Formats: sequence, structure tokens, C-alpha cells
Amino acid sequence: MADVIAAPGQLSGGGTQEQKNYLNETKGIASWLFTVDHKRIGIMYLWAVLASFFIGGVFALLVRLELLTPKETIMSAEAYNRVFTLHGAVMVFLFIIPSIPAALGNFVLPLMLGAKDVAFPRLNLASFWIYAIGAIFAVTAMVTGGVDTGWTFYTPYSTTTSGAVSTMTFAAFILGFSSIFTGINFIATIHKLRAPGMSWYKMPLFCWSMYATSIIQVLATPVLGITLLLLIMERAFQIGIFDAKLGGDPVLFQHFFWFYSHPAVYIMILPGMAIISEIIPVFSRKTIFGYKAIAFSSVAIALVGFFVWGHHMFVSGQSVLAGAIFSFLTFLVAIPSAIKVFNWLTTMYKGQISLKTPMLYALSFLLLFAIGGLTGVFLGALSVNVHLHDTYFVVAHFHYVMMGGTVIAFLGGLHYWWPKMFGRMFNERVGAIACALVFIGFNVTFLTQFVLGSQGMPRRYYNYLDQFQPLHAFSTFGSWILGLGLLIAAVNLFSTFRKKPDAPRNPWGAATLEWQTDTPPITHNFHHTPTIDHGPYDYFPGQRKHA
Amino acid sequence: MSQVTGATGASTIHGHGHEHGHSPFLQHHFAEMEQQFDASKIGMWLFLVTEILLFGGLFVGFGIMQGKFPEAFYEAHHHLDWKLGALNTVVLLVSSYTMVMAVHSASKSNQKALIRYLVITLLCAAIFLVVKYFEYEHKIHDGLLPGKFYTYKGDHVPGGQQATFFSFYFMMTGLHGLHILGGMTVIGWVLKRAIAGHFNSSYYTPVDLVGLYWHLVDLIWIYLFPLLYLIS
Repeated sequence: MADVIAAPGQLSGGGTQEQKNYLNETKGIASWLFTVDHKRIGIMYLWAVLASFFIGGVFALLVRLELLTPKETIMSAEAYNRVFTLHGAVMVFLFIIPSIPAALGNFVLPLMLGAKDVAFPRLNLASFWIYAIGAIFAVTAMVTGGVDTGWTFYTPYSTTTSGAVSTMTFAAFILGFSSIFTGINFIATIHKLRAPGMSWYKMPLFCWSMYATSIIQVLATPVLGITLLLLIMERAFQIGIFDAKLGGDPVLFQHFFWFYSHPAVYIMILPGMAIISEIIPVFSRKTIFGYKAIAFSSVAIALVGFFVWGHHMFVSGQSVLAGAIFSFLTFLVAIPSAIKVFNWLTTMYKGQISLKTPMLYALSFLLLFAIGGLTGVFLGALSVNVHLHDTYFVVAHFHYVMMGGTVIAFLGGLHYWWPKMFGRMFNERVGAIACALVFIGFNVTFLTQFVLGSQGMPRRYYNYLDQFQPLHAFSTFGSWILGLGLLIAAVNLFSTFRKKPDAPRNPWGAATLEWQTDTPPITHNFHHTPTIDHGPYDYFPGQRKHA
Repeated sequence: MSQVTGATGASTIHGHGHEHGHSPFLQHHFAEMEQQFDASKIGMWLFLVTEILLFGGLFVGFGIMQGKFPEAFYEAHHHLDWKLGALNTVVLLVSSYTMVMAVHSASKSNQKALIRYLVITLLCAAIFLVVKYFEYEHKIHDGLLPGKFYTYKGDHVPGGQQATFFSFYFMMTGLHGLHILGGMTVIGWVLKRAIAGHFNSSYYTPVDLVGLYWHLVDLIWIYLFPLLYLIS
């Protein structure tokens, strides 16, 4: 049994660490701001996205609070428009898109590959700085008039409304570059910096999913860049491409926008799937089922995801034929997602499941993502879409995917890698309670909105009919439970900094490379170049030669 | 999956201490120059893809607007001087050739030729910008400006979409011009390093990558020229 890797919770390997690691090797603010170490850049990104998550979350709570009553509750209609726009824009551009790739991925991906760093460390640092500059522009937009267009910046409203629309879109334009740089870095890293012996099929599935994500980041983001630039030019010079008065076409903006922003949805969800593919086998003590199916379904999602943007525009006046084709392709993209879910479930089958906090988040993900994904199929059906278009059903659907999927996976990954990042274990019981509250609060908030939407409650409305109030109130109560759960999770994680480092090298008994090095890792990641002598999910390498 | 594979020779590739002498330009996280070169090349190609998609959005937008207003665009394009456009095309083609020769000279460790070709490339880029300056000046003088700043009064085709044409003209050539400036900056940087003697047949990655970038900037112009100047 000597080479059996310890089961989760059965603490093993590496003592406490007073020795040098990436956190304490150099000191001072400059040693962080000018670092080229992927781990430190990942940590800086982590604080940045968590701050953004907090701001976006406060906006979300304000939106829900305002919707507690049918008329004015706490803010004017104009303020409400700004607050829901800022909630969307902050969450999408400042939080979700960089959350898993740039924060957790930056930290973990090179370690998983057995590399010393990403391929272009300086580009990586540039990515973070550009992100910071973009964030400054976004904050400037918030304090200088705000934006009331919704995060989608649809024309013609966005070209005619006052406020800081140009500043906000310019912020998103800048943030796009940071996303592109991360994508370029990851693709080159995965191609060229895998440890000796790590073939493509021996990479952890996290890396496959990140690879697919990066492809979308590189291919789609420039189109958003030019679209936002055109929007800014339209506002500044009235160039006439989106303005119908001048012969332009407002729907063209929607095409441009969704050509990026639908693939961007996969930029957001694929990294979530990446984390789930790591957590489930570790806490089931079983090799992942269908490795290649999961790996290639990531790539399939990335590719097919480029050809479904028209399903956002079923009622925008595109041709019936185009609508039918986009509808069909939308159904198609559901297949690889379903393949993943079935493979994760099969991985758990007859496994030794241990319900640690990361696994609880992974299980939440499975339930919530299944709902989010399937309701996406409803919305992809043309006739159903006409009924549900721009209602709360859509709001509920994408929150199930984005929050129930990506954010839950992000939280799972954060708990999973927290010991590796900071060398500290969090309180398991408190972590589980927080996860339960998040799960319950989330469902109370958003399951309600499916009902609201199917009854005809339009999204983004400030006032609503009295008949909707009980459901709206229920949803608002849910948002408080959700907020409380997140607060407890945050306190649980941050309170680990008050105690001495206590995390062992491999607390969960994982088989991927990041757990085989020190906790926290040394600056160069590994003392010796790692050698790949078992698969990423092979927990009993001595016993199953035939696998 | 569990069998030991690929461990042979692992310690020499990717090892911590590079015991044998290596290039001073090898970064610590790469095991050898070839790996570093390959990674850089992948990165550069990916960057070029993003550039193509960035301009691609403008090309699509231009195509759609031209399809909607062919007469106005046809009329507007007469204000462009195709001879100056053609001159600039030739200038950039020459610069692409000299860039190829610069990379070739670097790969042959011919420092003198490398410096000479880089200087010629820079000169071509400067000529391009000077010609562009005179073209812009002429447009500004005639009021052929983007969007609401369009003040030209002599249009025959009604509708005012000539302004849209010039919006695209200035956005596309302007963005391209910025790329020329960026190209001049990086060529200048490579030239400085070439003079310092950094490049030889075993290390000339920056020359190679800057060359790729420069070809892309030229290529975009090759498409812009007929698109804007030669509407039929």
C-alpha cells in the first residue's frame, strides 16, 4: 500500500512549512506588482476578481431589494437601470471572465503541467496590468454618470443615451486584451511546456478545458474589441454603421456583439467544467470516466459555440431560415455539455465519495448546471423562445449557468486549491454550511424566476404588476440567504490567515502534479523536474497496471 | 495509463540547473532554445490571428455598408487618389521584401546586412506614413471627414452615406497606421539589439517574430488598398 495516495481528509506528506515558498521569498509591494511569477499574478488576479465579485454582488442585492415591491422601494427608475447595468457589466467583464482562467488557472495550470511558469511571464503580468487599467476605466464610468444600457450595450439606445457609455465600453475593450493575453499564454504553455512524459492525453482535464477556453478568448475577443470601438465611434462621430437614421443597422450591432458574447458564455462555463473534472474524480477516488469524451467535448463546445450567436436574436428580425439554423445548432451544442455531465456522474458511480466542501460545490454544480443547460434547450427552440424572450425565464436560465455553473465551480475550485495557494486549511464544517446556504439561497432566488418568466414577467423592468409580488419577494429573500452563504464562505476562507500554515502537501489525496510539490509551492514550482509515472486520476497507481 | 513513460532524459530537458553553457537569452522556465523559439512562434501566430479578427470586424462592417449603399460608396471613393495608394502598396511590398532579407541575414549571422535591411524597412515605413499624411491632409482640407464632421458639399448621390465611407476610411487606415507606428517601434527595438550584436544564427527570434508582424501589417494594406481605392 505504500504507493497508494492518501484518501481525502487523511492528511499525508510534507510537514508544516517554514521554508521558502513563492509567498515569502521576496517581500514588499513592488515584488508583487512587478512579479512575473504565474502564482503571484494568479493571486493578484484572485484578489481583484473577488473584489469585483463583491461589488457586483452588492449591486445584485440592491437590484433584488428594489424589486421587493412593485413600485419604488429604495431607488429611482434611473438609478435602477444603472445598478442592473453595473451588476451585469462588472460580473461579466471584471469577474466571471477572468475568475477561473486568470486567477485559479494562472496559479494551477503551469503546476499541473509540471512547468516552471507560463510560456510568456511578462505578457502574463501585462495582462494583469491591463486588467487593472480596464477596471479603473470601469470605475470611472460608474462614478461619472453611470451606464443604463444593460451590459449588452444594445444600439440604438446605447448610441443615444447620455451617461458614461463610451467610458464603460472602452473599459470592456481594454479588458478584452487582458483576456486575449491570458488565452495566448495558456495555448503556448500547453503546447510547449508540458513536463517530459506528459502527453496530451495525460494532461489533467482542467488543461483541456482551459485550452478550449483560450481558443475562444483568442478568436472571439478581437471581434468584441472592434464592435465596441465602432460603438464608441458611433457615439463620438456618428459614423452611421449602427444608426438607422444615417442608413446603418442596429441589428448589425447585435450580430457583432453576440458573435463575441455567445462564445464568451463558453469562456465563462468551460473553466467551470474544468474545475468539476478535477474535483469529482478526487473525491470519488476513481479514475475519471470517459477522459477523451470529456476532453473533446470541451473542444466541440468551443467550436460549435461560434455558430449559435443568432439564438439571441430570434425576435430581432433575422430571417426564418437563419432562425431555424441557429436553433438547430443550439440544440447541437447541448450534446457535448450533456456528455460531460453523464461522464461525471458515471465517474461517481461506485466510487468512494467523500463529501468535503469542494465536492459539495461540485455536486451543486451538477444539479444547477443540469437545470441551466436544459432550460437553455427550451430557449433554443424557436417557438418557445418567442414566448419566453426577454422574460425572467432567460434571467433565471443564464444565472443557473453562470452563477449555478461557473461561480459555484469557482467556489469549489477556490476551496479545493486554497490549501495549496496559501498553505492553510479552512474549517470543513463551516465550509459545508456555507455551501448549503449558497445552494438553497440560489435556488430560492432563481427557481422562482423561471416561474415569473413563464408567467410573462419581462426582464429589466422597474415596476411590475401586483400579481408578481409574492414571487419577486420570495426571490429577494433568496438573495439574502445566498448573500449570507457567500459571506460565511468568505469569512471561513479569510480567517485561515489568522492561524499558522497547517496544510499538508496533498490534503485531498489528488494525483495531479500541483499536489506533488510543496505547499505552498516554491517560486520555481518544483525542486526537480516532475516525471509522469501515473495518470492524472490514477489514485492507486501500484494496484491497477491494466488500467 | 499508470505505466511509467517518458521519464527517460527528463532530467536533462527541463532540469533546474542548466549545467552546460547556454544562450544568455534563454529564459529560466524554458529548457532549451528550441522550445523557447517554438513557444514564441505559437504566441506570435496567435497574436496575428487576433489582429486579423480585429480588422475582420471592420471589413465585414464595410462590406455590409457598401452592399447597402453602393452608389454613395462608389462616388466617395473617387476622392481617394489611387496613384498614392498604389505607391504606398509598392513601398510596403518592398519593405516586406527587405524584412524577409533581414530575417535571412540574421539566420546567416550576417550582422551588417541585417542592420542594412532593417534600416531600409524602417525607411519604407516612414515613406508610407509621409504619403499617408499628404492623403489625410487633402481629405481634411476638403472636409471629407468621418461622420458628423463631414462637410464636403459636392456630392451627387443623395443620402449622405459618403460620410459613412469616410468614417470607415479613417477608421481602417487609421488603425492600420497605428499598426505601422507600432511596427516601426518594434523594428527600431530590433535594430537597436542588432547593433548591440544580440543576434546570430543560433538566436534571432525577435527578428523573426517582428518580421511576421510586419508581413501582417503589409498584408492588411494589400486588402485595404483595393477595398477602399479601387471600387468598381
